[in-house]
Amino acid sequence: MALDQSFVGRIYPATDPYEVGREKIREFAEAVGDANPAYTDSAAAVALGHPDVIAPPTFVFAITFKAAGKVIEDPQLGLDYSRVVHGDQKFVYTRPIHAGDRLTVTSTIESIKSLAGNDVLSVRGEVHDADGGHVVTAYTTLVARAAEEA
Amino acid sequence: MAAKISYADVEVGTELPAQSFRVDRATLVRYAGASGDFNPIHWNEKFAKEVGLPDVIAHGMFTMAEAIRVVTDWAGDPAAVVEYGVRFTKPVVVPNDDKGAVIEVSGKIAAMLDDEARTVRVDLVAMNEGRKVLGMSRAVVRLA
Repeated sequence: MALDQSFVGRIYPATDPYEVGREKIREFAEAVGDANPAYTDSAAAVALGHPDVIAPPTFVFAITFKAAGKVIEDPQLGLDYSRVVHGDQKFVYTRPIHAGDRLTVTSTIESIKSLAGNDVLSVRGEVHDADGGHVVTAYTTLVARAAEEA
Repeated sequence: MAAKISYADVEVGTELPAQSFRVDRATLVRYAGASGDFNPIHWNEKFAKEVGLPDVIAHGMFTMAEAIRVVTDWAGDPAAVVEYGVRFTKPVVVPNDDKGAVIEVSGKIAAMLDDEARTVRVDLVAMNEGRKVLGMSRAVVRLA
């Protein structure tokens, strides 16, 4: 079933702030086996010019994807989430996320396309800090595979 | 930002040190917890097969996280990465054995982007079982 094109350009309200915890960053860095001290040792991060430990580049996806959930689960849109795979992912950073950041995400539906029977949905998530400064933008493309003919 | 590699010391074609990353079922469970992505295709073999996959597969975002380590380990400061994007082309199948799967990542400088900002484009290649698992895997990196 084709998705409703009128959703293109729709902007979803900013999420409640997500507070970035030092131990959450450590847990993520350990889960990907990354021993870079900038993620776990605040002195090492400060020596690089950061206010505190920073998060690995893809850490923010957990936050933006949760925000994108509002879009994906919007029943009006009609996306069959059981058939969804992650197509593309891109991040454009203004600065790295660091421990103590309070981040909000504003999601926008950038495009809806139909390619070979698959629905292709692109969502942009703008991440801002408590002062309203831009931190990173996440571009996520999801592909809902066409249902098999019955 | 304090990258340890100087813009003046690299050119198009400069290779970054390649790395291999091992992933087994325990890795995926751990990544699920850390990332909050509990999709059962990443830990439940029965479910994965029911939806047409050959076996449990790694999170695409896990592969994306490993691939950029070739850049961040090289640059020193992870904040040197100002842009990073990938296309998920093939899944990394993770068998339930003591070996798991291996993702091999290499990278090289594809373009010198901006002499003022000292930015370069690094193209990454991520392979598993002889197949490319990421497409269009590119990072823009600000060097010293």
